[in-house]
Amino acid sequence: MTKILLTLTNDMIAPRFDLATEVLIVARENKQISGNPKSMLLPGPSADELCGLILKEDISILVCGGIEEEHCQFLTWKRVTVLDRVIGKSEDVIRQVLDDTLHPGDIVKKSARTKGGSKQ
Amino acid sequence: MKKIPLNNIINGIPHAVAILDEQLRIQAMNSALENLSGYSASEAQGILIDYILRADVGAKELGAAFEDEKFFSHEGNTISAARKKVAVRISASPLKDRKEQIAGLLVFVEDITFLRELDEKVHHRSTPGGIVGHSRGMQEIFELLPVLAATDATVLITGETGTGKDLLAETIHRVSKRAQYPFIKVNCGAIPESLLESELFGHKRGAFTGAHNDKPGMFRLAQGGTIFLTEIGDLPLLLQVKLLTVLDDREFFPLGSTSKTNVDVRIITGTHRDLKQLVQDGGFREDLFYRLNVLRAHLPPLRERGDDIRLLLDHFLGEISAGAKKNIKGFTRKAYDILESYDFPGNIRELRNIVEFAVSMCREGWIDINHLPTNILLPKPPALTRQPDEMGKNRREASAGTPVSNDIPITGASWPEIEKQKILTALSKTNGNRTKAAKLLGCGRSTLWRKIKQHKIG
Repeated sequence: MTKILLTLTNDMIAPRFDLATEVLIVARENKQISGNPKSMLLPGPSADELCGLILKEDISILVCGGIEEEHCQFLTWKRVTVLDRVIGKSEDVIRQVLDDTLHPGDIVKKSARTKGGSKQ
Repeated sequence: MKKIPLNNIINGIPHAVAILDEQLRIQAMNSALENLSGYSASEAQGILIDYILRADVGAKELGAAFEDEKFFSHEGNTISAARKKVAVRISASPLKDRKEQIAGLLVFVEDITFLRELDEKVHHRSTPGGIVGHSRGMQEIFELLPVLAATDATVLITGETGTGKDLLAETIHRVSKRAQYPFIKVNCGAIPESLLESELFGHKRGAFTGAHNDKPGMFRLAQGGTIFLTEIGDLPLLLQVKLLTVLDDREFFPLGSTSKTNVDVRIITGTHRDLKQLVQDGGFREDLFYRLNVLRAHLPPLRERGDDIRLLLDHFLGEISAGAKKNIKGFTRKAYDILESYDFPGNIRELRNIVEFAVSMCREGWIDINHLPTNILLPKPPALTRQPDEMGKNRREASAGTPVSNDIPITGASWPEIEKQKILTALSKTNGNRTKAAKLLGCGRSTLWRKIKQHKIG
């Protein structure tokens, strides 16, 4: 089972990791969502606290907007796959993560070509 | 003139530029913004500016500029495609169609990283970097700094003269949310008592003889910012009451005024005196002491800062020699040894002056012993350093450089001889009055009496 964390603003991926105040945690098993996704509201924006939460929750994949190199490297070192600069609605993004077709810098919108080269 | 495509026009601008529609979605953007965001203009088309710009301001703030039809400018930051936090100035101005209806927004994103760095270099104080030190005492101050900056509570900074109370107060202000507002420093000990009330709280025209115009006073000048009242122990009792009122109610009556003035000012105070002792002696109000002593930071004297002495010597040498345009490589080992064993009763202020003196004396190369002021080359006076409660402590607390010490010619004499000479000079100046002589020497009468016996004077 793989755990995925998405940083959100409303139902979109938050533009910035360090300013996100809401996260969605989804468990993936055999390219399907396993169990109920967990939504969490954070007390305030903090990149360091988010990194702590990612490690505490044993997350394998992080989907976020812009993230600073320092945090990205720290998470990568902790074996978290960081898919950053992603733009799109959470449900569309989740679908691509489940299919393993999401890449850093992807703009996920219906009938639009994404940066990673995949089509919706 | 031929019609030129919009993209060609905005690509000629050296800053990141975007044109937004009424819903603040990207309609066009230039190559500078493509580089900054990592998205191509075609990919970004139709996407809300927030997701492309990734700045700490977004559609909400820009939307206000759109609705108010006003120019908008904000300094903040964005995360670049290279995952770097970039300091930017974002400006937006409404775009109107031929019918003068707002049709969109023109957004400029200017990289101001260089300006920020320059500003830091000029002011030296935008970060705690303005304060130099690795010692344990200073590390405690650095750890305390964010706490002091995060709150609006009153701070009392204590420490001997020359330990950097002013710099700490300004640093607290600069890292606090009030940084963009004024920082006003008032030395309560340097302004005559009769003028201090007017200086602090202002006056109305005609309040007293010579008050030809209204004066706002330092509290009003510091509106929104921070006022630093240094030498607070010297504040007259009458004004202590008024300060207490300001602290409690955030309002006061300027001299001669019948209407109250409201202020939103953070108060930081500093003193080299023992305020608690002053309270016990009746020179300072107890209620004000507790009101000022909400948060406290104590700056250690230089003699307790160990390796910081060398650090500060190098720091000031770099600063002063660069200012004097001199090619000075550093201090020789012997000069370091002398300076590191010196007591620095005047703390950092004295250290800086010594470095300035040495830089003036040294033409180029290395600063050696012969470039240092002669007074620091004298052997350590054992009686003064070992018994700080006696002559040494009192001398330190007396004003810098007593008249007597300046009168003593610096020869190769030993310390007991110099001390004897000092006492004789003081007694001669005061016509044998021991109380006055002790005051002149900066020591207690009993210490002087003991020293007279020790040196077999009279």
